Amino acid sequence: MTPESVATAPMQTRTLGPPRSCDQPRVLVLGYGNPGRQDDGLGPAVAERMEALRWPHVTAYDNYQLNIEDAVEVAEHDVIWFVDASRTGPAPFTIEAIAPAATLEFTSHLVRPEAILAMARQYYGRAPHAFLMGVRGYEFEFVEALTPAATDNLRLAVEMLEKRLRAIHRPEPT
Amino acid sequence: MSDIQVTLGQTSLGPRKIVIDPVTRVEGHGKVTIRLNEAGEVEQARFHIVEFRGFERFIQGRMYWEVPVIVQRLCGICPVSHHLCAAKAMDIVAGVDRVTPTADKMRRLMHYGQVLQSNALNFFHLASPDLLLGFEAPVAQRNIIGVIEAFPEVGKWAIFIRKFGQQVIAATGGRRIHPRLCVPGGVNQNLSVESRDTLRGDVDQIIEWCCEALELHKRFVHSHEALHEAFASFPSNYMSLVGADGAMELYDGTLRAVAADGAMIFEGVRPDQYRDYMVEEVRPWTYMKFPHIRSLGREDGWYRVGPLAQINCCAFIGTPIAEAARKEFMAAGRGGLVHATLAYHWARVISMIHCAETVKQLLFDDDLQGTDLVVTGDRRPEGVAIIEAPRGTLLHHYQVDEHDQVTMANLIVSTTNNNEAMNRSVTKVAIDDLTGHEITEGLLNHIEVAIRAYDPCLSCATHALGDMPLIVTLEDAEGAVIATRVKE
Repeated sequence: MTPESVATAPMQTRTLGPPRSCDQPRVLVLGYGNPGRQDDGLGPAVAERMEALRWPHVTAYDNYQLNIEDAVEVAEHDVIWFVDASRTGPAPFTIEAIAPAATLEFTSHLVRPEAILAMARQYYGRAPHAFLMGVRGYEFEFVEALTPAATDNLRLAVEMLEKRLRAIHRPEPT
Repeated sequence: MSDIQVTLGQTSLGPRKIVIDPVTRVEGHGKVTIRLNEAGEVEQARFHIVEFRGFERFIQGRMYWEVPVIVQRLCGICPVSHHLCAAKAMDIVAGVDRVTPTADKMRRLMHYGQVLQSNALNFFHLASPDLLLGFEAPVAQRNIIGVIEAFPEVGKWAIFIRKFGQQVIAATGGRRIHPRLCVPGGVNQNLSVESRDTLRGDVDQIIEWCCEALELHKRFVHSHEALHEAFASFPSNYMSLVGADGAMELYDGTLRAVAADGAMIFEGVRPDQYRDYMVEEVRPWTYMKFPHIRSLGREDGWYRVGPLAQINCCAFIGTPIAEAARKEFMAAGRGGLVHATLAYHWARVISMIHCAETVKQLLFDDDLQGTDLVVTGDRRPEGVAIIEAPRGTLLHHYQVDEHDQVTMANLIVSTTNNNEAMNRSVTKVAIDDLTGHEITEGLLNHIEVAIRAYDPCLSCATHALGDMPLIVTLEDAEGAVIATRVKE
């Protein structure tokens, strides 16, 4: 998709994303956080592991934080898993269904997943089902490695996510 | 130089301290404290940023050629700025005073793409709800979705100017996230013809959208002239890089500082001379440094950086559309500098236009397809570099030992440079808007509007879930909490 195509295409009638395969739900795993800050790298680590599976119906990528252009990717999928590190709450992880909600922050260094969903809905006329997974972290110093406890939580989170995504995966028609 | 003064008096209420704790993060937190005098009037306000200084220690011991990649961990919004600034400093360490034309232009292309997309995020996502919907619009509506409902085209501009900037970064750095363009003395790659042609196909549309955004913003300015000029505003010094001819320069150049009346404080200052002209003061109530201009001293030497400073400091802008916009902007200063804090946003859109125009110029320069990528030199023990990041002047200073390991790192980031100015803006808002001892929604709102103009970076690259409340606390003279208000 290029800006030129956006400029000429009427909003909300644009064809989004790659051709769908046998109506299989398209899943996006969007992990965010800073791998240079120890357990804050949990979100990117989950995305990295899901990307490594190379499942055709799953897209996974990571970033330091969410940005408004993520709304484009979000709108091109049917199910979104936002994955962040969690400083509080139960281990190994929490899962929360989230809905579009716009907010206004005092710094551009924070864009919430609910705001990304709201932009996708407003701009593209559709908001996919979305979940926010908070994987429990413990240490957030300037170290480029997860703590052992967070690594355990990562393994359990990935296992759960694999199970959930495998359940909606259907083989390609032959 | 104006200073914000209030009259001291006596009251049975005694001193009061209003604390606004807008964000808590892994590495610390920011908060606003408004201190009242005995008369219950605003005496001063401080925007605290508990900056985690460990990052400079984190760099120590690293091999110097690793640093341009490592420093991207510092900021989730402008990792490219740190990547490029560190690379420039390590050029010096590598004994390289001038990289090849291909390396220089690849870096510039990446930088201008980065500044474009970062300024777009600030303007569209952060500023436009206040500016296009009005400060007093209901909070539930005053957000980017409210803007898109009222101005559908703005959402399109926001997302696709951002995406274009990301495409420039990916094309130059090999990938959109964690790009690795630079090595000491040069770059890893040139620009492929395929990437060049794709970007060429889109850049005119991007320039056009930036221009439309400027026209939309000017409608706000001209319909709210008094508000625009006075809100959170004060005269100040300004500092930025400029080119040898005085042109706006975001990637390289020398430092220029101008006084509030437009008089030159210094110019032609090379990065390695920064300690001759600037002092980094430490104050006990915050981990942030307070840099100021040495010749003016602590009280008068503070300054502002960022888009407003870039335009106030330069003699002209070297791209035609942005230069025409600059002239119209400077007319608002009636022959002098423009001091309106809200003019940061106006200047930011002009910067976006300049960046997009510069990207276009570079895309038609065949040097980007050159193959001479790296030069070498005799190792040096020290390197200092300065770049104009999206929020303003960014400085990296390193010392490297004979084993190629970094022994000292000193970073002065844009937000640090704007530290005192943010305090002044918050103070101005508090003086204008605080009545009694109640933290009203309106006061909170205006404080946030003022801070958004600077868009401070709170060592932002860590965003663990569950740490973003806005907490407002009202304390008495003894520190007892009178009231607390939390904005989730």
